[in-house]
Amino acid sequence: MSARDLAVLAAIAASALAVSGPAGAQSPPNAADLEAKLVCPVCETTLDQSNAPVAERMKLYIRERIAAGDSEREITDALVAEFGPGVVATPPKSGFGLVAWVLPIAALLAGAAAVWLLVRTWSRARPAEPEERPLDAALERRVDEELARFDG
Amino acid sequence: MRLIGQGVALGLVVLLFALLVWSLVSEEGGDLAAAAARGDRPAAPEFTLERLDEDGTLSLSLLRGSAVVLNFWASWCQPCKEEAPVLEQLWRENRERGLVVVGLDAKDFRRDARAFVERFELTFPIAFDGPGDTVAPYGVTGFPETFVIDREGRVVDAFAGAVNGEDEQERLRAAVDEALGG
Repeated sequence: MSARDLAVLAAIAASALAVSGPAGAQSPPNAADLEAKLVCPVCETTLDQSNAPVAERMKLYIRERIAAGDSEREITDALVAEFGPGVVATPPKSGFGLVAWVLPIAALLAGAAAVWLLVRTWSRARPAEPEERPLDAALERRVDEELARFDG
Repeated sequence: MRLIGQGVALGLVVLLFALLVWSLVSEEGGDLAAAAARGDRPAAPEFTLERLDEDGTLSLSLLRGSAVVLNFWASWCQPCKEEAPVLEQLWRENRERGLVVVGLDAKDFRRDARAFVERFELTFPIAFDGPGDTVAPYGVTGFPETFVIDREGRVVDAFAGAVNGEDEQERLRAAVDEALGG
């Protein structure tokens, strides 16, 4: 490995460290991201789509909690404690909420199984190709005579 | 095989139709106010909720024997601020007669609701329903809404919007008298 290659590798490693920041540090949650993940309990659209008074109050609350240094998880949990699990736009990956995650995959698998079954059934139901039987000698001779006459 | 496919498709259609009917019927809470207006006195849906004014819970069924003015409100609702003093006055004037005013704070922050209660010096019981689970059974479409419930737990009258106007207050007092059996 040349000195030039080593320099390039060192530069890549340095830039990667600069992006990831010091070990263990976590970037603060983004208010806009959270507003897209949480639902206004009155109009039932995400907060970023709503200007209902309660949605505006929730947006203010999110900013206050971000400024106080809370994580996304802490802010979401606090809002769930006030407004219930329906405030989260995506269903939880546990309990009954798990159904919403599993059902589409199950439906996809069931659909694939149904298609496979149908294809198999149709391919079995198709009538078998008739066996190729040799022409009898008289008929073959006649065909040859006709062809010879046609050529001649 | 074809018959089975047709059967499955028909079953799915029937299931979806049943779901549609169920969702329409289960969200038919708005009929409560209409039924009360017709004089039918429908049963007030039961609830048990956390209290904001003190520790513990509040169940509507435990108030059986008293007339109840059930007021749905939220701290972010402007008309709720205008009618709060009216409800406090109604409570103070009629509590000795057997009336309980219940404030049902829904879709709100507890902290904001407590600040509201303190600001308007409300002394009647306050129940908290952050998720708004009681809203659909009562057919509440906006805040505030008020239901007058008699001593047997039946809805005598319902008010959509604030009850601070003269006409509304007169109607409210008449409904309270009826609920109290006077």
